[in-house]
Amino acid sequence: MSQKAGRQSVLLDPSPYLTSAAAVVGPMEGKGPLGEDFDLVYPDLRIKEKSFEAAERKMLQEACLLALKKQDLRLGDIDYFLAGDLLNQITVSGYSAAALGIPFFGLYGACSTLTLALSWGAMLVAGGFAQKVLAATSSHNCSAERQYRYPTEYGFQRPRQAQWTVTGAAAAVIGAAGEGPRITAATIGKVVDMGEKDAYGLGAAMAPAAASTLIRHFEDLQRRPDYYDLIVTGDLGQIGAALLRKLLARSGYCLEDNYNDCGLMIYNPELQDVGAGGSGCACSGVVVLGHLYRRMKEGELKRILVVSTGALHSPTTLGQGESIPGVAHAVALEI
Amino acid sequence: MGSYLTAFLVGGLFCLIGQLLFDLTPFTPGHILSGFVVAGGILGGLGLYDRLIQFAGAGASLPISSFGNALVKGALSEASRHGLIGILTGMFELTSTGITAAILFAFLTALIFNPRG
Amino acid sequence: MAAVPEELNITPEEYRELVKKERPAPPLWRNALCAFASGGAISLLGQAIQNGFIALGFKPEDASNPTVAVVILLASLLTGLGLFDRLARFAGAGMAVPVTGFANSVTSAALEFKKEGLVLGVGAKMFSLAGTVILFGVITAFVAGLISAIF
Repeated sequence: MSQKAGRQSVLLDPSPYLTSAAAVVGPMEGKGPLGEDFDLVYPDLRIKEKSFEAAERKMLQEACLLALKKQDLRLGDIDYFLAGDLLNQITVSGYSAAALGIPFFGLYGACSTLTLALSWGAMLVAGGFAQKVLAATSSHNCSAERQYRYPTEYGFQRPRQAQWTVTGAAAAVIGAAGEGPRITAATIGKVVDMGEKDAYGLGAAMAPAAASTLIRHFEDLQRRPDYYDLIVTGDLGQIGAALLRKLLARSGYCLEDNYNDCGLMIYNPELQDVGAGGSGCACSGVVVLGHLYRRMKEGELKRILVVSTGALHSPTTLGQGESIPGVAHAVALEI
Repeated sequence: MGSYLTAFLVGGLFCLIGQLLFDLTPFTPGHILSGFVVAGGILGGLGLYDRLIQFAGAGASLPISSFGNALVKGALSEASRHGLIGILTGMFELTSTGITAAILFAFLTALIFNPRG
Repeated sequence: MAAVPEELNITPEEYRELVKKERPAPPLWRNALCAFASGGAISLLGQAIQNGFIALGFKPEDASNPTVAVVILLASLLTGLGLFDRLARFAGAGMAVPVTGFANSVTSAALEFKKEGLVLGVGAKMFSLAGTVILFGVITAFVAGLISAIF
C-alpha cells in the first residue's frame, strides 16, 4: 500500500520496476571512464542537424526509442511521457513529445529532472494511474552555454569552480510489472536558497538543497546512509560534494565511501578539462540509466539512492542580482 | 613610433592588469573591458594616451583602451572646431575603421562558418 | 531571497564562509604570465603589421588604421575556425583586452545566432556582448567633450 512517509517522502508498494533504460552521449562523455556503459556515443556535437538544439532533440528521441526497443515496446504501449531539459520552455522535451506522440507531462527541474521524472513516473504507476511510463531527460553543452552563458565561440576563461554541461540523453521505462531495479521510495525536495550568486559555482548553490532532501529522506524513512550501497548526487561537482559532506555532518549524518557524485564519475579530470566536474540534466541521467543501471542488474549494487540536483535560476534573474535557488529530489532504487 | 620591445612590454602589461582584474574581482569581462575603455578615454582627454602610443606603438593602440582614447579625441577635436555639436559629429571619426571592420568581418565569418562549441 | 530550511542548522552567512573555504583559487601566477605573454605577442604582431604598412607607403600616423582592420580580420577568422576560444582559455586577458577581444565578441555572437536568421539573429544579437564597451566609450567621450566645452 503506497503511502506518504514523514514530511516529504513516499513509500511505493508495490514498487514499480525500471524495466528498461538507455543512455546516449556526446564524444567527450564517450571518452570518459564510463564510456563503455553508454548505448550510443555520437561522433560530434551537431550530428548533421541544423543546430545544437536540433541535435539535442535527436539525442533525446533516440534515447527514448532505444529504451522502448530494449523491451520490444511500441510508442502506443506507453501511457505517459515525462521529460524535461535545460532549454527555455523545455522545447527539447516538448518537440520530442510531438514526435513520439505520447501524452506528455513536461517537467522542469533543471539538472534535477532525472529524479523529478523518475519519482513522478513511479508515483503514477504505483498509484494505479498508469501501467507504463517513459521518463527521459537531456542536456547539450553548446545549447546550454549559448542560453545561460556566452556564445560558444566567445573566448573567455572559465573559473576553476565552473562545471561542464554533459551532452547526452537518457530514458527509462517504468512499469507496474517486469524485471529490473525497483523504485521503492522517493523524497521530493524543497527549493533551498542560501544566497549564492556565483553562476560558475552551481555546486555550492545546490549542495544545501541536496543536504536538505537527504536529511528529510533519512528522517522520513528512518534510515541511515549505510542503508544504501551507494548514494549519488547529480552534479554537485568537487566543491558541492565537499560542501554536502560538511552540511550533513552538522546534522549528524556521515557520508562514508558509499557516496559519489555523477559529475565526478562521468569525466576523467586528469585528462579532460572539465573544471569541477560534469553538470546538466544528462549528467545524472546517463550515469544512472547507463552505468549504475548495469551495475544493479549485474547484482553489484543492491540499494542505491539517487539525488539529482538542480539550480533554478535564469540569465534574467542573475542579471537582476537575484541569488541561485537549488532543488534536489531523491529516488531509492532496490533490486 | 615605438619599438618591438616597448610594444611587447606595454601590450603585455595592459593584458596583465586585465587578467588580475578578471581573477581578483567579481566583475565580468564586460565590466572590465568597459573599464579599460573609460580609462583610455580619460587618459586620452588628458592628452596622456597619445604619448603612450608614441612610446609603445601597437602595444598601446591595440588594447581596447585605445578605443576610448579615439572616441574622446574625435569628439574633442570636432568640438574645438565646431562647438558642442562637434562632440556628436566627430565621435566616431577615428574609430570608424575598427567598428566597420568588426561588423563586416563578423558578418562575413558568420556567412561562411558555423559555431563548433 | 533566502529560503533556508530548518533541518540544515546553518545560516546563509555561515554557509558563505564554508563556500569560501572550498572555492579553489584561480591560478594567479599562471594566468598572469599567460596573459602578459600572449598580450605582448599580439602587440608584437600588431607592431610588425603596422611597420609593414609604413613600408608600403602609409604615413606613420595613418598606419594604425589598416593595422587594426587586419588584426580584427585575423581575430574574426580565428573565431570562425573555432580556434579563438581554445587559445583564449589559456591566454585569458591576453586575447580579451586587445581589439581581438572586441572582434571575437562581435563575431562569436554573429556566428551563434546565425541559426535564427540574418535579421533576427545575426543583426539583432551581434552586439549583445560588445554593446557595453561602445556605450561606455561614447558616454566617456561625451562627458569629456562637455567638460572641455565648459572649461
